[in-house]
Amino acid sequence: MTAHFRYTTSQLLAPLIFLAPSSRRDTDPLWGSMTRIRNIRLAVAGASAAVLLTVACRPVQEAGPRFGKGIEGVAKAKGVVPKPTVTLFPVAPPPFSEGAFPCSECHGLTDKVNRVPHKVDFHEEIVLQHDEKNRWCLDCHDAQHRDKLHLADGRLIDFTESYRLCGQCHGPTLRNWKAGEHGKRTGSWSGAKQYLLCASCHSPHSPHFKPLKPKAPPLRQEAIR
Amino acid sequence: MSAEPTAPLPVPQPQTEGYSRREALVMGLFALAAAATTAGCSAADKLALDDFVAKHFRDLTPDELKDRLAQLEKKYSEQYGKSVKVSATPPIPGVLFGYALDLSRCIGCRRCVYGCVDENNQSRDPQTHWITVLEMDKEGGVNLQNADAFYDHETVPAPGKFYMPVACQHCENPPCVKVCPVEATWKEPDGIVVIDYDWCIGCRSCISACPYGARHFNWGTPSIPKEELNPVTEYLGNRPRQRGVVEKCSWCLQLTRNGLYPKCVEVCPVGARKFGNLLDPESEIRYIIENKRVFILKEELNTQPKFFYYYGL
Repeated sequence: MTAHFRYTTSQLLAPLIFLAPSSRRDTDPLWGSMTRIRNIRLAVAGASAAVLLTVACRPVQEAGPRFGKGIEGVAKAKGVVPKPTVTLFPVAPPPFSEGAFPCSECHGLTDKVNRVPHKVDFHEEIVLQHDEKNRWCLDCHDAQHRDKLHLADGRLIDFTESYRLCGQCHGPTLRNWKAGEHGKRTGSWSGAKQYLLCASCHSPHSPHFKPLKPKAPPLRQEAIR
Repeated sequence: MSAEPTAPLPVPQPQTEGYSRREALVMGLFALAAAATTAGCSAADKLALDDFVAKHFRDLTPDELKDRLAQLEKKYSEQYGKSVKVSATPPIPGVLFGYALDLSRCIGCRRCVYGCVDENNQSRDPQTHWITVLEMDKEGGVNLQNADAFYDHETVPAPGKFYMPVACQHCENPPCVKVCPVEATWKEPDGIVVIDYDWCIGCRSCISACPYGARHFNWGTPSIPKEELNPVTEYLGNRPRQRGVVEKCSWCLQLTRNGLYPKCVEVCPVGARKFGNLLDPESEIRYIIENKRVFILKEELNTQPKFFYYYGL
């Protein structure tokens, strides 16, 4: 029991902090802070110092290949931690518009296709805002095999593998996504986790993330009774 | 000036039983108190007494801990009218948790704030939020002086603004732990800073010591609607708190010590939140620290947070 009543000078003096002038605390939303980053230059300096510190303080690790294991890939810890094999679960691709899939219900294998980019008078709900000056439907959708997509070299891929298509242009993003940095992961930090396809968050036709309505702001101090 | 005969001074009795008179008296008083407790008090009083005489978490023997957890489960189950589980999951050996948050991706939607409230049984009234989302001008950069936690837009992100959620940074060198006069808060081996709510005396020294505004005091009795209580709780984490104690983010140790992501990671719609084991070179968190421009908040204070902010884009 006595172990939990050891006082040090700093512990004894700590409550005196209440006596400190409170004006700074009042202007700081993280009230109680004693210092704050005053301007961006200091912030940048701080950030770079943090990076340097982080890098400098890190134990040296063998630089191993991190990529090329595929999304189902295994991440085995070589170091201290015995770690279960990391498995990523593919999730179903985001739902298509009502009645849109399978595309082959309307588009036949032998249909004559005008391959010159032009405005189609169907699928009006799709507004292309994705490098629309240079690209059009058949750059990603396959003209013959409508239930598939194709890569730039013509290889056909399923909609469940659409990340390969996106990664042709967005290489660094695909790299970060495979490493778990870009995009949402759910499940287990140490084991099986679900990942989302690019198209789960970014509509391929207008990829910018759509604004959301924020949840209610917190009550102000004076409103809490 | 009469010479009245004075009473003879009492002569100390020889100790025949091995107890001094004083010791016997004290023991007698304790016996009386114990009898009064068991005889005349209600079950609620008994529970209150159990709370009052509860030992420090780290002083509990395995058997005592088991009893204490059972006591609490009974208490909460009766209080909330459903089966509540209270565990004390130990840290996983070889794991040091770390967190990263992508400032270029966060849109300030506050899904994390309310996900956290639900998961961790924070008081609805009076309101307690473990996560504060700050809105700042992109032009001004990370300038906490001009941050606004009370923004209320139709949609977010608002033009020209960026968002910085702040909660407990789980410092390696935590000032809150240093100032606690009774050691009711400490850093666990997996890096999570925890609080023993039964040992906290409510002095709030830790609140003033924390540079991140991460600690919250229960000025009033916390209230959680019975149907909204999360029944999967941890002794050092999300079990219902009482009035007069401090609480804060525990990195959802009821989830993370069982291998799961914290709730805020699960609910973030933009995937800005990342969590993992800092000691695992293959983890997402290590990838971010090694490849992205990470920084820590108020690093000049040498608190050494394990919460890293970064710019992913």
